[in-house]
Amino acid sequence: MTHADTSGRLPDAFLRPGSSSFVDFLAGHAPDLLPGRRDVGGAGAPADGLAPHATTIVALTFGTDDGGRGVIMAGDRRATAGNLIASREMEKVFAADAYSVVGIAGSAGVAIELVRLFQLELEHYEKIEGSLLSLDGKANRLSTMIRGNLPLAMQGLAVVPLFAGYDLDRGYGRLFSYDVTGGRYEEHDHHTVGSGSVFARGALKKLWRPGLDADAAVGVAVEALYDAADDDSATGGPDPVRQIWPVVNVVTADGVRRVSDDELSATVARIVDERGAAHRAAHGDRPAGGARPTDQGGARA
Amino acid sequence: MTMPFYVSPEQLMKDRADFARKGIARGRSVVVLAYEGGIAFATENPSRALHKISEIYDRIAFAAVGKYNEFENLRVAGVRYADLRGYSYDRTDVTARGLANAYAQTLGTVFTTESKPLEVELVVAEVGDTPAADQIYRLSYDGSVADEHGHVVMGGQAEQLGARVADAWQEGMTLPQVLALAVRTLGAVGSDGSVAAEGEEREIAPAGLEVAVLERAGRRRAFRRLQGATLAGLLEQPGD
Repeated sequence: MTHADTSGRLPDAFLRPGSSSFVDFLAGHAPDLLPGRRDVGGAGAPADGLAPHATTIVALTFGTDDGGRGVIMAGDRRATAGNLIASREMEKVFAADAYSVVGIAGSAGVAIELVRLFQLELEHYEKIEGSLLSLDGKANRLSTMIRGNLPLAMQGLAVVPLFAGYDLDRGYGRLFSYDVTGGRYEEHDHHTVGSGSVFARGALKKLWRPGLDADAAVGVAVEALYDAADDDSATGGPDPVRQIWPVVNVVTADGVRRVSDDELSATVARIVDERGAAHRAAHGDRPAGGARPTDQGGARA
Repeated sequence: MTMPFYVSPEQLMKDRADFARKGIARGRSVVVLAYEGGIAFATENPSRALHKISEIYDRIAFAAVGKYNEFENLRVAGVRYADLRGYSYDRTDVTARGLANAYAQTLGTVFTTESKPLEVELVVAEVGDTPAADQIYRLSYDGSVADEHGHVVMGGQAEQLGARVADAWQEGMTLPQVLALAVRTLGAVGSDGSVAAEGEEREIAPAGLEVAVLERAGRRRAFRRLQGATLAGLLEQPGD
């Protein structure tokens, strides 16, 4: 380890009584390990073209008082670097702890590091204090960490998370969105972030309704991502050839559950069937513009 | 000018060791026992909040006897050590051996250089993929480390209780069996500190016990506290 002294005993900073926060401990003991403290140099030169970008995340609440409430977060799998696809299999939605999830849009490397630190922050608190942070407490910790990343955000390496969790005190799922300065805003019903978020939000406005059950809500989340991928080149759609499906996490009173690939492949198949049927009903087995004339060299079977 | 009294190093160390040993022997014992599915920890502790047994990392747990403020400080340091190491390298690079070494150096340095040794005794245990890969380290107030196989008793009357556990413990026991053995061992110490004969142990209600396990199979975080109905159910099952 970079910070161990040679005697092998635990450094004094480890034995000092104080904060239950791992981030505060790092800030005192090893500040260079904190993502936001790094000086990337080249002031004024935007760095946003250097690193891959992570894109669309959607989240929505579901359930009824009788059937149990919860929240779902889903993200596509694409990361882009300029007009190229940097990754087809990137995961952007993570379980933050047993009862909350975090999704990230923005500069992929910084975002993943922030998520790793956030997960550790919650686990560290839980181990030291012997109890879980409240959902508002978790949302505020994330806010502080995003604020710490402001110097990098100013240089183009911004991270915009979406945070959701089951509030054990109140008994329902809640959503929080953030801006790059660490501003924290509670959202209701549903929210989206990332490059495809406008399209996904439009879809959610039409598809979401109160009292959805968990399976229907997973379908709505996948369909919203499908719509985002339809219009935003930086958002990846489901990929049946490579068997790549969106990451979907469901949070309820029982904790975080990642929806299995089998369930998602069935959901995607259903959405594709429905849309195919709607297209055929309108245009038959042809593109919407009609069949291409043969004398222009159009391929015909 | 006054001359300081000469105290031989042997005497100095012996005095310190006696002091630490006395402090540790006043506390209640902690029993650590390996079973087929993991490692179990048990102690008599009516408090729900002040723990003697805690999680350090994914597969590592910590148990202590002695002065609460001193071992609590070491526990927090251990969590920080493990989390920092896992964050800078990888989760799989955090090992009980590394943590036990760091604790040993810390305890050893305090024992020789500070005016008062730490009045604590610790166990750092890591559950492996197989029972053979389990590691249990016992650390004393002077920084000495012992690599234990299968069972440890620390605290008051540790030697007598340890001998009993060594006779009764065997490889491949089930969780109800080791818990029954642990409760029998803890119940052997009377409220006045005397050790009861075998078969005449006190009964301890589940509410008065602090019990936790490191489970070999299952989730990433292997540590789980057993309390309430779960613990009562396990203790009711036949131990043999």
